[in-house]
Amino acid sequence: MVELTVVDLVIAATLVLLLALLSLRLQSSISRQLIIASIRTAVQLTLIGLVLKVLFANASLGWVMLLSTVMLLVAGREVMARQERRFTGWWGYAVGTFSMFLSSFAVTVFALVIILGEDPWYTPQYAIPLLGMLLGNTMNGIAIAMDRLTHTAWEQRGIIEARLMLGERWDEAISEYKRQAIRSGLIPIINAMAAAGIVSLPGMMTGQILAGAPPVEAVKYQILIMFLITTGTGLGTLAAVSIGARHLFDERQRLCLDRLRQP
Amino acid sequence: MSKAPPLLQINQLSHKVIGPVTLAVEAGDCVCISGPSGSGKSLLLRAIADLDEHAGEVLLNGAAARDIPAHNWRSRVGLLPPESVWWLPRVGDHFHGDLPVRMDNIGLGNDMLARHVIRLSSGEKQRLALMRLLSNQPEVLLLDEPTANLDPENTRRIEAVIDEYRRARQAAIIWVSHDIAQVERVADRHYAVDAGELIEQTIEGR
Repeated sequence: MVELTVVDLVIAATLVLLLALLSLRLQSSISRQLIIASIRTAVQLTLIGLVLKVLFANASLGWVMLLSTVMLLVAGREVMARQERRFTGWWGYAVGTFSMFLSSFAVTVFALVIILGEDPWYTPQYAIPLLGMLLGNTMNGIAIAMDRLTHTAWEQRGIIEARLMLGERWDEAISEYKRQAIRSGLIPIINAMAAAGIVSLPGMMTGQILAGAPPVEAVKYQILIMFLITTGTGLGTLAAVSIGARHLFDERQRLCLDRLRQP
Repeated sequence: MSKAPPLLQINQLSHKVIGPVTLAVEAGDCVCISGPSGSGKSLLLRAIADLDEHAGEVLLNGAAARDIPAHNWRSRVGLLPPESVWWLPRVGDHFHGDLPVRMDNIGLGNDMLARHVIRLSSGEKQRLALMRLLSNQPEVLLLDEPTANLDPENTRRIEAVIDEYRRARQAAIIWVSHDIAQVERVADRHYAVDAGELIEQTIEGR
């Protein structure tokens, strides 16, 4: 592997700086955002690099759990922020976070214990990157699906209530919108799997190859990751949409749109 | 032996601007309610159908709504909203039970069930929405201006179908109407909403 020096990174940073200057000349307001985002990337990644360095040197279950929890809570906040009409109160945060905990953690632990079989099973070199990739993707699926579910329930409230008036149960009245929400949450990962290797070389695999791993080994890892991500996203989306749809109705099966925040 | 409870009993029901309302409707009776828009007539019907949270209780044959699963309650206490809503491609997809009357009784062709919903006029939708509700065989009908967009001929037809259903099924009816002539034709009792309360009116010619 070619070791990168600080000078190498400065050269790459100069490229972004040139781009920012170019867009400034074109009177674009994007240059400021470009610079800020670049600085954030450099700082955040350096910090996580240092955190991982310390963590790898002190591979205890407690530290791995702590970092995992922080990652989960940040992902939960992100899921909440991406929904226009999220649930009011702590539900808005809890539905997404709980579903991610359920799916990402379960799939990560399963992969660590059953498939990878490192000793100890929580070896941070495996546990943290795996969980990170699962959380990142599950987060997208859940955010898209929940946004779709709450948005549709609001828009189609006339239909949902008309179905309730005709004596349908709450789960019959919302079933079509649950289906649509789950579908839209899973479309990105299905597309990613379909395009993998032909249109795009997935980032993780590319990284391993750059780091000197044999391509076929990198491919095997990528396939494993894709399947884990799909399972995690699917389970998380199913859980979030099921819990969310139930919470749109009260114990008398009334549609409770006042439980959604107004955008 | 104590007297049997009325088919529909409403006790101290309150919901936003309407109430407290106490009202009993016997089987086969039709009660009309009128009042200015915004006076809470539609809210009253929604509360009776248990679509909105409310104070007070509603009983069907002496059994409280809270003791009956909500979806069973709403199929037995059927609400017809002023605007009908359709969500499947064809009219017939929305019907589960048998048709209560023949389609030509309400001025509709017998091919109606095969028609696409997007090709219906608003008047056709309104008549079909009534048919859809009656095909559930509800014991109580809550009608929110069921003839608002209809011409006089179709208004009479709708009234006749509702009357026929009321007699055959011994249904209790609460009928919200702006049309005083209609109230005189169909009502056994008539209430006007005033400051959230129901005030009984005399019906002309009774």
